[in-house]
Amino acid sequence: MNLRRDVFQAIADPTRRAILLLVASQSLTAGAIAANFDTAWPTVSKHLAILTECELLKQEQQGREVHYHLNPDKMKQIADFIEPFRQIWDKRFNKLESIMKNYKTK
Amino acid sequence: MELKTKIDAEEGRADLLITREFDLPVELLFKAYEDAAIVEQWMGTKVIKLENKKHGSWAFETSNTEGQVVFRANGTIHDFVPYQKIVRTFEMENAPFDVQLEFMEFEKLTDDTSKLTIHSIYRSASLRDQMLKLPFRQGLNMAHNRLQDIADKLK
Repeated sequence: MNLRRDVFQAIADPTRRAILLLVASQSLTAGAIAANFDTAWPTVSKHLAILTECELLKQEQQGREVHYHLNPDKMKQIADFIEPFRQIWDKRFNKLESIMKNYKTK
Repeated sequence: MELKTKIDAEEGRADLLITREFDLPVELLFKAYEDAAIVEQWMGTKVIKLENKKHGSWAFETSNTEGQVVFRANGTIHDFVPYQKIVRTFEMENAPFDVQLEFMEFEKLTDDTSKLTIHSIYRSASLRDQMLKLPFRQGLNMAHNRLQDIADKLK
């Protein structure tokens, strides 16, 4: 059975989130990405395939090397969905933090 | 930039995880959940009832400036372990989301920092997604109300 790949499934995995963070600042080759993980190469390769399949990553041929870079449009799709909910909680927790800073522990 | 509040919501699942680290000792973080007067301040809602004990119950209510109740939620507390965890149910009244189960874990990181993890379980994956999209709708409603206000002034 071929599972439908989508962005939310892709970002559910911590390694894949780490890969996205890595390529957020610069495009990297598969080898350079793999060098950041202790995981075996086939595992990293599988993660890259999933991220590419759901269009979070784009491949780009640079000479003989393939570079991976972030697809900002797709990233925005994730952010748009959860971001308002996250921001509500973030604001609440910021308020909680600032209120409690006025209290002292027993 | 590292976000302080994180939400993990895996596609197709009926649960979600909210995590947040605080620059507060775990005792104070817990107190913010335990003390009704403090809950009112940061949640921006009125606390009608908050029985912090096994099989206790709670109810929150928010009114608008005209005094109309715009939000009511209630639930039962299933477990209450000071400075460690609260397990409770959560139900928004007059809303189609059914009851959700919440596991709140309070963790000491250092003497001055702590971590809160909220694991919320919904009745179904689609109900969870509707709940996640709720802020969108609220945002839209607010925009619509504002539009209405402006339109009314033009009359």
